[in-house]
Amino acid sequence: MTPGASPAAGGSGEIPDRPAAGGREHGAGEAGAGIGVGIGAALADWRRRSTWVDMVMLALRVSLLVLVSAGLLLSLAHNEYSAGDWLSFAVFGLTLGSIYALISLGYTMVYGVLRMINFAHGDVFMAGAFGALIVADPLIATGSLLAVLLLIAVGAATSAAIAALVERVAYRPFRHRGTLAPLICAIGVSFVLQYTARGLFGTGSRAYDDIPLLDGVVTLGPLQVPLVQIFVILAALLAMGALHLLVQHTRLGASMRAVAEDRETAALMGINADRVVTLTFLIGGVMAGTAGVLYALVFKQIHAFMGFAIGIKGFAAAVLGGIGNIPGAMVGGFVLGLAESFGPAALLSGFGIPAPYQLKDAIAYGLLVIILIFRPQGIFGERLAVKRM
Amino acid sequence: MMAPDMRGAAPQSLVLKAGIVGGLVGVYVVAVGVFAAFAARPVVAQSVSLGQIMLLSIALAVGWSAADPRQGRSRRLAMAAAAGVLAGLVYAGALLVAREAKLQAMFVALSPAALNTGLFGKAGMAALAAAAIIAGLSALAGGLARQMPAPARRTLLAVGVAILIGALLRDLWISFFSNLLGGRWWVSTIYAGNGLSWIGTAVAVAVGLAWQAFRTLGRREAGKQRTSLAGLVLLLAAAILIPYFTNAFVAQVMLLVGLYALMGTGLNIELGLAGLLDLGFVAFFAIGAYVTALLTADSPLAIAQLSFWEALPIATLCAAAGGFVFGLPVLRVRGDYLALATLGLGEIVRLLVVSDMSAPFIGGAQGIVGIPRPELAGAPMVSQLSLYYLTLALTCLVALAGWRLQHSPIGRAWAAAREDEDVAATLGIDLVQSKLRAYVLGAAFAGVAGALFATTLGSIFPQSFKLDVSINVLALLVVGGLGSLPGVFVGSLILIGLPEFLREFGEYRYLFYGFLLILVMRVRPQGLWPDPLQARSS
Repeated sequence: MTPGASPAAGGSGEIPDRPAAGGREHGAGEAGAGIGVGIGAALADWRRRSTWVDMVMLALRVSLLVLVSAGLLLSLAHNEYSAGDWLSFAVFGLTLGSIYALISLGYTMVYGVLRMINFAHGDVFMAGAFGALIVADPLIATGSLLAVLLLIAVGAATSAAIAALVERVAYRPFRHRGTLAPLICAIGVSFVLQYTARGLFGTGSRAYDDIPLLDGVVTLGPLQVPLVQIFVILAALLAMGALHLLVQHTRLGASMRAVAEDRETAALMGINADRVVTLTFLIGGVMAGTAGVLYALVFKQIHAFMGFAIGIKGFAAAVLGGIGNIPGAMVGGFVLGLAESFGPAALLSGFGIPAPYQLKDAIAYGLLVIILIFRPQGIFGERLAVKRM
Repeated sequence: MMAPDMRGAAPQSLVLKAGIVGGLVGVYVVAVGVFAAFAARPVVAQSVSLGQIMLLSIALAVGWSAADPRQGRSRRLAMAAAAGVLAGLVYAGALLVAREAKLQAMFVALSPAALNTGLFGKAGMAALAAAAIIAGLSALAGGLARQMPAPARRTLLAVGVAILIGALLRDLWISFFSNLLGGRWWVSTIYAGNGLSWIGTAVAVAVGLAWQAFRTLGRREAGKQRTSLAGLVLLLAAAILIPYFTNAFVAQVMLLVGLYALMGTGLNIELGLAGLLDLGFVAFFAIGAYVTALLTADSPLAIAQLSFWEALPIATLCAAAGGFVFGLPVLRVRGDYLALATLGLGEIVRLLVVSDMSAPFIGGAQGIVGIPRPELAGAPMVSQLSLYYLTLALTCLVALAGWRLQHSPIGRAWAAAREDEDVAATLGIDLVQSKLRAYVLGAAFAGVAGALFATTLGSIFPQSFKLDVSINVLALLVVGGLGSLPGVFVGSLILIGLPEFLREFGEYRYLFYGFLLILVMRVRPQGLWPDPLQARSS
């Protein structure tokens, strides 16, 4: 692998590394000749080594940085929002982030074991929300917290079943072929899931009955937080904690990690890789289904086509944290949620853009693109990323 | 789909599995609402509806998969029939329960009327018995079909397909027959109401038989190479003649097919030749359309009043420049990552276009209206047919350019980089230049498609430039056969044209679009008309 061609090296690694290397070369003979000379030589060296594409990338990097800082400063100077606003943005960002985090886990785990993006994962999330809808009204009528947890369990089970189905239909037949067939198959499954949900549940939005238990508002100092947001954050954290324990401290988790590391070797060690892949899809589905129900609780409406855009954001969160990296995906989800809830106010309002809230998705996608271009290994990096490239 | 599992299973569990799965598929079809939509559509007037055919073919499939070839002849048929009866019982039982439980509040398609049709208008035990008998008999037929010699089976299949094509593409055939000598007489003889008449059915059967005979003869004679060339000529002849002999609606659909084929040719350069998976392709299409609109439209937003012919090259150049700007930063991102990076870029463009921020310049959600039609020899091209021929000409031109590129040194450099970047770089291929070239050319082709789209529609809205366009183009490319130019046309005809002709089924056609994608990929992952070179290597 030529280092220049790999995104990992071609992105952020390259520019700081090269001057450092050049600096050592020149500075070695003339110790103490002044840092200025070293930097000048390093700069000359970098200019000699880099192509025009590197220059353009550097310019892009600088202009992005300038744009973001200008937006930030202008927005702060604008002073349109109170401290209370910012705090409620933060809580909402964490709520949104916990849903993204749960979805991104499915992408990251599947990518870990198969090196493929599950394009139908957003619809697996949608299926969870609708699976719970079937039992929602009678369960909610009982009025207990247990019923809400049961609701989540039903959503998780539905999504897990659908995720296993996706694996069976779209991924298993193409296990040993490096073509686009699984991608197109997954897109096909995505269409089928969306239009099945549309056929079953109708074109309009649906909603669960109101849950009086989660209807209240909690006052935290200056801040009034809807109870349901706190519930969602806690539930998501709980699910992620359980997943962490599963992956780190059980035999199944160990085999998942082994398959993610190297499927062939894991198979030689007696691990049933096919079973692990199916279980990975199942667990990813459980997380996505939980997210689906939590989403329905917060936003109070679900529809058959909601999965796609949220799925892309879940993927963005996975990339943000370093795809294949489970704790990374969790953090990535929260980062994305916060970026999306702060972004319009903190970056765009300063430029005087009308209705900056319309562009919150653009901020999420922009973050995805920027990370993919400049730091494809994600915030925390991932050992797999180096090997894969 | 389930065949590999069943081969090893015991006969009883095979029957059980086929029966239950088949019954549940029947329930699915009713609950999703497909059955109700299909039941309202006659295939043979006043006797057979599409819904009935659908249920019968599910039962046939149950019988087919339950007729275990390792068992004796009579045992096999008994297994098929038993599985069919079981499927019928599962199906009718579930629908009866649904009727009792009044599930329509949750599942909108389970209306009393739909359930009544699904249960053959019967109640209780009578419905169960009817379903069991009907499903058992058709499953028996399915079992018999599996025992038949292959030529007989193929002939039956051809006849069935011919009847379905005759009935479902009714509008296409009617517009075709109306232009023939004695058009009215033909139409009223072959069709009755919404379906085929008995005479029409007989004609379809005859066509199916003739087609099968033709294929059997053809297989004996012609070599592989010649059929491929003949197919190409046939395809082009059909593209030129069919819209001419039919009506404006057909021309309009074919125009859409041509537009997507144009974009497919562009994406084929990026993906099929250079191996760059691009899901933000729609952005270049949008650039082409918006530039054309801004340069030609009779609207306060317009910045110039050029003719279409002057705007076309500018729009193409702008799209190519867009390809350059997008391509440069994402060039080093590979594989699936590239797909998501380009998807993100495409979505950002759409969000910016639709936002209030851009409304003063490009119309925001209101779009741009009043785009004139292209003029030929001083007169605007108003008919759908002339616009279609314009599209066809440009598509052929672009396809020719794509074909020439593929077999040029540039194309070989793409192929080398696609197969192995490191080896290609070692051989002296400038990867950055080669990839950028693919990106820019692909974007330019999409820009041509965008310009055509704007001028043929006369108005553009941001909703037309959603991610679905990129996904459709990608899907038609892969379904047709990656890297294959005739594949682009076949894929476009099937994935874009067919849903348009099946408009009467509303949104359900997208459900079948999804199933079709899965089916094609499972049965022919190399595509329907693969490129000979790539087919060999995979």
